[in-house]
Amino acid sequence: MPPKHFVEIGRVAVIDNGTDAGKTCTIVDVIDQNRALVDGPLSGVRRQPISFKRLRLTKFKLGIPHGTSSKTVSKAWQKDDINAKFAETMLAKRMAAAEKRKQLTDFDRFKIYKLKQRMNKLIRLKFERMRAKAKSEAPKPAKTPKKADKKKKPKKRTTKEKKK
Amino acid sequence: MSKAKAKKAPAQATTTPAAAKKEKKLMPKNVRKILTHRRIRPMWAKIKRTAKKKGVAPETLLKKKPKFVVKPISGEKNGSKRLVRVKKERKFYPTEDRPRRVRTGHITFRQHKRHYKQGIEPGRVVIILSGRHKGKRVVVLKTMPSGLLLVTGPMKINSCPLRRMHQMFTIVTSTKLDISGVKVPDHIDDKYFKRKHNSSKKAKSKRGDGGDIFDTKPEAYKPDEQRKKDQIEIDTQVIDVIRKHPEKKLMFSYLGSYFQLRNHMYPHLMKF
Repeated sequence: MPPKHFVEIGRVAVIDNGTDAGKTCTIVDVIDQNRALVDGPLSGVRRQPISFKRLRLTKFKLGIPHGTSSKTVSKAWQKDDINAKFAETMLAKRMAAAEKRKQLTDFDRFKIYKLKQRMNKLIRLKFERMRAKAKSEAPKPAKTPKKADKKKKPKKRTTKEKKK
Repeated sequence: MSKAKAKKAPAQATTTPAAAKKEKKLMPKNVRKILTHRRIRPMWAKIKRTAKKKGVAPETLLKKKPKFVVKPISGEKNGSKRLVRVKKERKFYPTEDRPRRVRTGHITFRQHKRHYKQGIEPGRVVIILSGRHKGKRVVVLKTMPSGLLLVTGPMKINSCPLRRMHQMFTIVTSTKLDISGVKVPDHIDDKYFKRKHNSSKKAKSKRGDGGDIFDTKPEAYKPDEQRKKDQIEIDTQVIDVIRKHPEKKLMFSYLGSYFQLRNHMYPHLMKF
């Protein structure tokens, strides 16, 4: 599969590790095969050379000329509203979730473990019923308990998502 | 030596009137020399200070106080007077010298300053890492003078009894119960938890007294009634506290569960 995003002037990237890990920045200049000059005035990244190994490219690209100043970078950044746009991407959401997971305490982890058990049980029950239904091919199983289940299931899911 | 000299010297000075103190030149040179001597000076200063407190001239303090008082005795053949000691002599003299306790600057274990991990306090939930209760989540009741933690399961929840635990073998979690209302009886101290060797001692004395040598049957283990009582007393209080917890159902099962590591769980990177 060909790469989706390319190293270009103005390409917005996420710093993967080291200091500034998890912050976004944009490529201002390409120094050589290994390093790029990077700047992120609105995301708290100072202008610095950085190894490509530390960058994860995103789908966003700013319209800036190469080697431009921080001022124009921040202007372009604001214009495209990158901070808000990036926060909506799956990558940002995953990163936020991972950070939340990291901050969980022992008791929180236990609570999630218990919720997961309950959720899986509900799913399994539902699945068993559906399978049984499909097997018999009789459209006449009792209706009332099924309805109650349908209501319950999404509720549990929302609580779990909140926890996560 | 120097003491005696000091006492003598001002005594000579007393012969001159008190005004001589002001006219220092009148004081004999050798006396002045002694009074200003490096060793004696502080003593002389002390005498002067106490004299000032009492409101008397310092010279009066240097006079030897009489050891005896003459008391008239009536009766013919009694010699008419007696010398009576002002300070009575000691009534009791030990026949044998007791060895003096030598005080060294050595700080013993009892005097050591205790340092605890961050977050260790009454009510903190702690994971035990060693011993027969390893993996259990238990509640800290207090810290002991020996530096150990007093801990309870509670026993009803995870069958960890009232016991002491070293802090190095625990993981402190951020979960805390408000056990400020829980009363731990005063008699539960380090001594309370000391191992009792009663049964073995009995067996030994039996042998010595000509008892049955071959009676090597160890006495059956009997749980201490006092401990049972204390356990129940404390556990009911702690369980009451858990009942009041907003997530009491989860809390009960949390304390009843074991801590374990699964895949991708790195305890040094985890928050507890």
